[in-house]
Amino acid sequence: MRWMYHIGRYMRLLAKSFRKPEKLSVFKDLLVTELESIGLQSVGIVALLSIFMGAVICLQTAHQIGGWIPVYTIGFTVRQTMILEFSPTLIPVILAGKVGSNIASQIGTMRVTEQIDALDIMGVNSAGYLILPKVVAGVFIVPFLVVLSMVLGVGAGAWIGVATGLSPLADFEYGMQVDFRVFDVVYALTKTVVFGFILTSVSAYHGYFAEGGALEVGKSSTKAVVWSVVIIMVSNLILTQMLLN
Amino acid sequence: MIELQHLEKSFGDHHVLKDVSATFERGKVNFVIGRSGSGKSVMTKCTVGLIEPDQGRVFYDGRDFISLSGRERKVIRQEIGMLFQGSALFDSMTVQENVEFPLRMFSDMSDAERRDRAAACLERVELADAGTRFPAECSGGMQKRVGIARAIAMNPKYLFCDEPNSGLDPQTAIVIDNLISDITSEYQITTVVVSHDMNSVMEASDTIHFVHQGSICWHGNREGLLKGGVKELEDFVFASDLMRKIRKNV
Repeated sequence: MRWMYHIGRYMRLLAKSFRKPEKLSVFKDLLVTELESIGLQSVGIVALLSIFMGAVICLQTAHQIGGWIPVYTIGFTVRQTMILEFSPTLIPVILAGKVGSNIASQIGTMRVTEQIDALDIMGVNSAGYLILPKVVAGVFIVPFLVVLSMVLGVGAGAWIGVATGLSPLADFEYGMQVDFRVFDVVYALTKTVVFGFILTSVSAYHGYFAEGGALEVGKSSTKAVVWSVVIIMVSNLILTQMLLN
Repeated sequence: MIELQHLEKSFGDHHVLKDVSATFERGKVNFVIGRSGSGKSVMTKCTVGLIEPDQGRVFYDGRDFISLSGRERKVIRQEIGMLFQGSALFDSMTVQENVEFPLRMFSDMSDAERRDRAAACLERVELADAGTRFPAECSGGMQKRVGIARAIAMNPKYLFCDEPNSGLDPQTAIVIDNLISDITSEYQITTVVVSHDMNSVMEASDTIHFVHQGSICWHGNREGLLKGGVKELEDFVFASDLMRKIRKNV
């Protein structure tokens, strides 16, 4: 029954976080900071992983197809893999590791050093001040990172296909366009918005209720990453079932 | 003035506060002393609303804090300044930004007015030149003084200090004690200091409440403290050889 306690406390924290900010100008400043922290500072890792994954998917697909499967399948597979699963799911998982641990340790340190108590005593809604800008930034910026990942992954696939002679550019381009459905992108971005919310809010939850000292902050950071990933995976299954049926 | 009436608080089976009633007077430094684990910090947290008491009432100048709505509590909270044991400065902000923070959140001051007010508060704690430093670049004593500057930025009516001298050398501790004392009389604040540092108590206290096992078992002033009269109090106050010698001389 412990999990019910956590769900209840998480819901209450969200309700507290989503109250009107004390001062809109302060909220805007915090939001810009978080957009930079969650978004811009993650561009490098997202780009790196996407380029290599796109390239590897291209090579693997080329290796799998025999003589009777058309070469344009390579472009098709790279596109579908990147758009449907790799970018919208694995990028948020990677961000849960990078951004989630950062959020949990930052808020957790503020908790154990009484900085959150200081906010509360001043009359500041500490949950709203600390968590809302991170969640809004996550929901807003993660889809952009995912779109970037899709573009770079498919681009890298095309480049490696041409560079290795496994797929002429014309075939790859044709494969990229075959049976393309805009709904696939809508589906991917819908998932991404949800995952952006999960990775920021779950991490913030673990940091906000950290207790003790440095050791506990470390543990809360680990828990934040593990639970964010678990919840993202479970949500992925549920959302896929809901959206694709 | 702050009044506590019959506060009770338990954590599971552990009864931490037992029928605590006390009055903290305006313009005075009201000390709450007691051994570690006696319930001092829980009492303070119940008073400022960080912990909800199971029973009892807290009055801020007649306003029943416990029964107020969140919005009404917020008004009182903006009248409270608090100095934490570890200073609790926001480490991502400079000293100047820390002091400006409550003004930024709750006042309509312009940037220039905020800067001036923060500079005046820092000047008051003799840290006029430290505005651009980050908390990590300040010594423990400086951090406490920044904490005081932040606490007085909004002209509070009530000031809470949780172990203000912990981790400080005796000379710096006296500076902090005197600062708390001076600010209290200067701004006519109701100040509550939670401490178990007897030097501080003898230096800065106007009234003293002794907490033992979750109850206030004695209250009085410095002179009364040296006279003793309650066994638990005497065991606490005269635990050190120095205090025993002082008592003999008195």
